[in-house]
Amino acid sequence: METNAKTKPKQSPWRLFFWALRPFWSELILAAVFVLLAAICVYLAPFVTSFTLDYVILGTDPHLPPFLIALVEKLGGRSYFAGHLVLCGGAYLLFTVLNGIFTYLRRRYIAYASEGMAKRLRDALYEHINAVPYDYHKHVSTGDLVQRCTSDVETVRKFLSVQMMDILRTVVMFLTAAVILLRIHVPMALISMVTLPFLTVSSFVYLKHVEASFRKADEAEGALSAHLQENVTGMRIVRAFGQQKAELDKFTKLNADNRDTNIRLNRLMGYYWAFSDAVGYAQIGLSLAAGILFCARGTLSLGLVTLFITYTGMLTWPVRQLGRILADMGKASISLERLTEVMTAPAETEPGKALTVDMNGEIAFSHVCFGYDAPDEVLKDISFTAKPGETVAILGSTGSGKSSLVQLLQRLYTCTKGSITIGGVNINDIDHRCLRKNIGIVLQEPFLYSRTIKENISIVRPDATQQEIEEAARLAAIHDVILSFDQGYDTIVGERGVTLSGGQLQRVAIARTLMQQAPILIFDDSMSAVDTRTDAQIRNALMGMAHKGILFIISHRITTLCEADKILVLEKGRLVQMGTHEELVKQPGLYRRIAQIQDALPKEGEIA
Amino acid sequence: MSREKDYTNEKVDPKLWKRLYGYALRSRSTFIKAMICLLFVALVDALYPLMTNYAVDHFIVPGTSKGVWVFLAAYVVLAFSQAMGTLGFITQCGKMEMNISYDIRQDGMLKLQTQSFEYYDKTAVGYIMARMVSDVGRLSEMVAWSLVDLLWSGCYAVFCMVILFIKNWKLAILVLLVLPPLAVIALLLERTILKYQREARKQNSRITGAFNEGIMGAMTTKTLVYEKQNNEEFRGITEDMRRASIKAALINAVFFPLVISLGAIGTSVALVLGGKGVLSGETAFIGAISAGTLVAFVTYAASLFDPIQQIAAIFADFQSAQASAERVLGLLDAPVAVVDKPEVTDTYGDFIHPKRENWEPIRGEVRFEHVSFYYNPQEPILEDFSLTVPAGQTIALVGETGAGKSTIVNLVCRFYEPTAGTIYIDGKDYRQRSQLWLQSSLGYVLQAHHLFSGTIADNIRYGRPEATLEEVQAAARLVHAEDFILQQSKGYDTEVGEGGNRLSTGQKQLICFARVILANPQIFVLDEATSSIDTETEQLIQQAITTVLKGRTSFVVAHRLSTIRHADRILVIQKGRILESGTHEELLALGGYYHELYHRQYREERLRSAMGEGTD
Repeated sequence: METNAKTKPKQSPWRLFFWALRPFWSELILAAVFVLLAAICVYLAPFVTSFTLDYVILGTDPHLPPFLIALVEKLGGRSYFAGHLVLCGGAYLLFTVLNGIFTYLRRRYIAYASEGMAKRLRDALYEHINAVPYDYHKHVSTGDLVQRCTSDVETVRKFLSVQMMDILRTVVMFLTAAVILLRIHVPMALISMVTLPFLTVSSFVYLKHVEASFRKADEAEGALSAHLQENVTGMRIVRAFGQQKAELDKFTKLNADNRDTNIRLNRLMGYYWAFSDAVGYAQIGLSLAAGILFCARGTLSLGLVTLFITYTGMLTWPVRQLGRILADMGKASISLERLTEVMTAPAETEPGKALTVDMNGEIAFSHVCFGYDAPDEVLKDISFTAKPGETVAILGSTGSGKSSLVQLLQRLYTCTKGSITIGGVNINDIDHRCLRKNIGIVLQEPFLYSRTIKENISIVRPDATQQEIEEAARLAAIHDVILSFDQGYDTIVGERGVTLSGGQLQRVAIARTLMQQAPILIFDDSMSAVDTRTDAQIRNALMGMAHKGILFIISHRITTLCEADKILVLEKGRLVQMGTHEELVKQPGLYRRIAQIQDALPKEGEIA
Repeated sequence: MSREKDYTNEKVDPKLWKRLYGYALRSRSTFIKAMICLLFVALVDALYPLMTNYAVDHFIVPGTSKGVWVFLAAYVVLAFSQAMGTLGFITQCGKMEMNISYDIRQDGMLKLQTQSFEYYDKTAVGYIMARMVSDVGRLSEMVAWSLVDLLWSGCYAVFCMVILFIKNWKLAILVLLVLPPLAVIALLLERTILKYQREARKQNSRITGAFNEGIMGAMTTKTLVYEKQNNEEFRGITEDMRRASIKAALINAVFFPLVISLGAIGTSVALVLGGKGVLSGETAFIGAISAGTLVAFVTYAASLFDPIQQIAAIFADFQSAQASAERVLGLLDAPVAVVDKPEVTDTYGDFIHPKRENWEPIRGEVRFEHVSFYYNPQEPILEDFSLTVPAGQTIALVGETGAGKSTIVNLVCRFYEPTAGTIYIDGKDYRQRSQLWLQSSLGYVLQAHHLFSGTIADNIRYGRPEATLEEVQAAARLVHAEDFILQQSKGYDTEVGEGGNRLSTGQKQLICFARVILANPQIFVLDEATSSIDTETEQLIQQAITTVLKGRTSFVVAHRLSTIRHADRILVIQKGRILESGTHEELLALGGYYHELYHRQYREERLRSAMGEGTD
């Protein structure tokens, strides 16, 4: 993946832009060519009009390059065109239609380039999000990340397809016009463009000025939204305290504030548009007056004056927009920065030899230490072994490190000291795909994809038969529940489907993990939301499965723990007790306390 | 929670827009001013080519520059007055736009304050936010500016046509012949564009969904080693998106070339026939015309098509905003389930003008008589439920999730009304009095401890904004909240953050209790929190509850044994009916459901304290 190349911090956000654009250079160049061609046509059409007026109708100098004059003479000069005015009309139509075609082609290629680029960005982002380490996702805000992957990509796409093209078009149009006009009549050309620098500068100045107002308007809307959100979320409290009027009054104030801020902003915009409108039209008036003077002196003709006027109009509009375009460019830069931040988060790497090994061996933890942030260690000096066929139960209070312990096994985190071996091979040397495929883990809060239950269960084995899927569901004691849904196994779950209860969710996830047929299974408190009876049912089914591998179960339930071959008791990251149920109930400690409580009945007067 | 409805209505419903334009007309003077400025601007815009026409005929063709300065001055004056017009209509329109969103939002907010909880149960907060913020913004922009654009385009087009007809009606007819096909094509094309854009937007929300799922499920994906297939699937979605967007972009790109090409036919006609008119004078079909008129025709013909294109675009905008309009008006028109009868409002007032002088003091006797409640008749939540609670008693409600405990307390609060049967408060059907009368005397502490942004003092004062600081402090002291409040950097003036998220769960809960104490309610509802907090805070809260409940009618949805034990009466609710009822001792002696529940909870609580904090 390209992401590995992007581990250097502090790079220009535009690097990502050019990277995403790389496969689409040819489309981009074609688009630029069509911009140029269209611009030429845009300018040629008025030329036809001026030629018709000056040469054909009024009989003055056509102001054409020599080879065209020769062509005109060859055709029969003025009288020929006067008789065949259709030719002039046709030429005008032709250039306009060509302009249309070139414009279409420009937009076609820029659509290919920008949509292709957006796809490339989205794919890369998605892939990278899947490639970053487990820990990244524990700390990330989903909303923020989704926002980046959608709105920020959209901003960048729009920048390419709209703003960049606008800039290119403005520049090409300006240069072409300048060249043509300067060749025809230098003083007239200069006069026709005299206000343009002025307009450009004023659009910048305006933009700087109005930025603060934009921010204020955003803030006003933000305050309004925040209050509304709070009001709606807390509606029960609002009602229970009878505070509707106070809430409404506060909203009215914010609403009015939002309105007034926006009206002020709008007035500012009004000043700018009015001002630039006035300058634009004054420019045309100026060109016209200059044209009249030059015509009176005989250095310019009617057709050319019309031409100058038309060109002046064509130039003023895009220049007025320049400020806005540059503001959007700033926005694109910020979006790219946010995307670069995501893309430069380091991806997961293989620390060792990436071997594919047999995973049916003994698991050995040897002096394992682990901490998310040094120096605080979550796990300290853990050593134990588990043989194939054994069930290992883990007990510990919140924050004792039990989840971390099993996550180390799948190398979702890497231990900081000591080593974990499976069949004698250090897990750091095992390819992470091999490792994870052979260790089935059911997380505490499992996630189901929004597709059918059947697809969810068979996700890692899409070729599984219906019978196999149902078998797994039966083992997880969820088969009957699934059948009770209208659509049975084809019921869609997750975001866009049926919401399952916590216990149902956990059981579907258990079925999914069983489908993996992994030699090592981990249940990370994955039956906490399942009632005791069903819990026992699932456990019995698992035992009956004659699992030859190693089973890890994290649980608080003594009934679950007592059947294990080995029970590990963790306290503050240390392995404080290890043994069977019979051994541990004889020792003072957490295990015995829990065991006693769960067997106990309340005595009168014991609770305050 | 209902999802956002998918509106596929493509027809523009004039009734809807008429109502929205009603908002625009609320300030008639702004509307009229905007229209006047607009007409003026369109007129001036249409006059510019006439100026060129004049220049050609009076200066350029005769070859004189006499009076050119006057001409330039006139031009600049025109430009300046047009700018004033532009300024005028932009300001007025902006004002109109903001007034429309202000008014719609006010109406929406008012509606939301009276809307019943059935609505809130079924409507996601995000949905309401989107309607009230972005949809309203979009609509008022549409209503204010599209009308302006439409009028400008229409007026400009009409002015141009009038000028052309005056100059030479025959040539005008010939030039304008392309207009009808142009309008039809533009309209049809805009519709197609809209269709493709919808498709692209649909793909876009698929992508958002896929990102959301990919990110939320990333950890699971990792443990299942499902990254590769996941990436491939995602590529399929982005490819669909790419195709749909390109299609939409291409059909969009056809529009402009088509319009200018058709427009160019008009210009060519003007050039050819007009040219003949100048060259051959009276013998031409259209008669003799001057060179200036020809220039004017060429200019007008080229500029006429811009407004036509714009009009087509506006119609398409209305079509695409139709869904927003329906959603916003849907929010404003949503029926309200719990309403005070007009005769009740006459006596008791509404929430904006409560007539407190007519309010009877509340004692707190609550009686359910044959009360049923359901959303869906097939699945009744509460059936034929009767219960009498003398003033001052504490009732604990226990039972499984979904048994109907919360429904009972919500009915007491009149957040819902019974679908059958009657609830009496102090012996009178509570529908005979206003909602505010009851709810002003209600104390309510919810599982989710909702605080509002503002200071700690603001939050405690929430139910009685006029309370003095001393009263606030007394309330805080009573629930043992003062210690931690004074430890905050600014004491009572510490900002709690959005939703109170700068405070811990336990602290938030204590503030909620202080808030209730200060409001001094007669009826108290406690939907007790299950979230566990450290032992110390738990004890504080326990004391707070005891203080709060003293001498008040209270309903407690209980999870904590101590609260249950001390209740005057415990009701075990199962499937909307009372299964067991009595004091703690009576129910234990019964040896039924309560007996088992009590023992189970006892074990769980012990276990929890043994395992340290957290439910795990």
